[in-house]
Order: sequence, then C-alpha cells, then structure tokens
Amino acid sequence: MAVCVQTDDFDVAAETEKLIGARTDIGAVVTFTGRVREGVGDKRITSMTLEHYPDMTEAEMSRIEAEAHARWPLQATKLIHRVGELRPGEQIVLVIAASAHRQAAFEAAAFLMDFLKTRAPFWKKETLLNGDSAWVDAREADDSAAERWG
Amino acid sequence: MTAAPRNVRLLYFAWVREKIGRDAETVELPSDVVTVSDLVDWLEQRGPEYGEAFARRNVVRAAVDRTHVKPSAPLGAAREVAFFPPVTGG
Repeated sequence: MAVCVQTDDFDVAAETEKLIGARTDIGAVVTFTGRVREGVGDKRITSMTLEHYPDMTEAEMSRIEAEAHARWPLQATKLIHRVGELRPGEQIVLVIAASAHRQAAFEAAAFLMDFLKTRAPFWKKETLLNGDSAWVDAREADDSAAERWG
Repeated sequence: MTAAPRNVRLLYFAWVREKIGRDAETVELPSDVVTVSDLVDWLEQRGPEYGEAFARRNVVRAAVDRTHVKPSAPLGAAREVAFFPPVTGG
C-alpha cells in the first residue's frame, strides 16, 4: 500500500515494476492513468493547475486505499496524484491495483478512482486559450459513480 | 467558571480561498459556536467576503481536523477546520 502526492511526472511501467517486482502471487494488475484533456466542446485550455490540502490529502488517499483493501483481496496498490501546473496530454493520476484474480483488480481500480475523485481534497483550475481561468465544477456523475459502491 | 478560549485554525481552499482573500487564519470561537454550521453563521457576520464565500451554503464542504464532515458536525475541541468547494481531483 502506498500513496504519493507529487509535482513530478511518473512512469507507469517503472511504478508497476517497483510495486510488483518479482512477486509470483499476483495474477492480475490493473493500471489506470488519468491525463489532462485539451478541452470539451469548443472550450480549449492551455493548462490546468491542481491545488490540494497538503496535510489532509495523503491521509484521505490512504483511507480510500485501506477501504479498497477491506473490500477486495488485493496484494498491492499504489496511488499517485500530481499537483501544480499541468498541460494537455500530461499525466495527472495513477492507480495500480494488483490481485490474484482480475475481477478484484478491475473493481478495486474503478473504486479507487471513483473515491479519489469524490473524496481526495484536490481542486482543478483551468486556464483557457484567451487567458481566462476558472475552477472546475464537481460533476454529479462522479458522485453517482462513487455512490454505486454503497 | 468561564470556558477556556477555543482557538481554531481555519483553512480555505480553491474559490473559497479566493473569495475570502486569505488561505488561513486563527480565530477564537465564541462559546455559542458549537457546530460547523454555527461557525459558518459566525464567519458570515465578520465581513462581506465571508458572505460571498458561503453564499452557496450547501455547496461549500468542510473538514474538521482533516476529516470530511457534514454541516451539523460538532466542532468539539477541533484544532483545524477547512472550508472548500466540492473536490475535483482525479
């Protein structure tokens, strides 16, 4: 189990290798990478700045991770979330869920992302092509996605 | 017997921080401020910037000592209370 908040980029293959290494009890590894999109519809952004609540963020991410371990038989998990200014195409978030079997790994990765989006204290501010900037609103769809886990 | 003064560190994030115009402050809470909701009522009396930050009361979220809470949550002996918009990470 490990969580990390960082400004630096991450290497998915290297993080997976660090987490799994030579272990032979793991039959399924699901990795999810979230990336900055250039925009939706007509809106185009030049960058996105991620703010967080430093003293709470890693604690909340660890609680989410522990909850996943309580629900599924997981051999290993890793959560990385970047903060600071990111540009379209850059990676924002990494979730790795490793288990003996694929179902637990798939489900836990989805659960971890749903709860990161609705509970971890991060906020995104977008800077648009015309120089305006605006905070990203939370999406009801994300709340619904988290609620389906009960 | 007078209750000891309760000093609480307040933290503000994202647009709550921008509307209030600062990211943190320490305040001494009056004894009738019992819940998170009471604290918001009290802050709103302190100036228009707070009124603006909490205008959409049901949208602003709170954490007491770094744990998410509902507006009805008691402050108890809280050391740190944070106010922020719904989170948008991931």
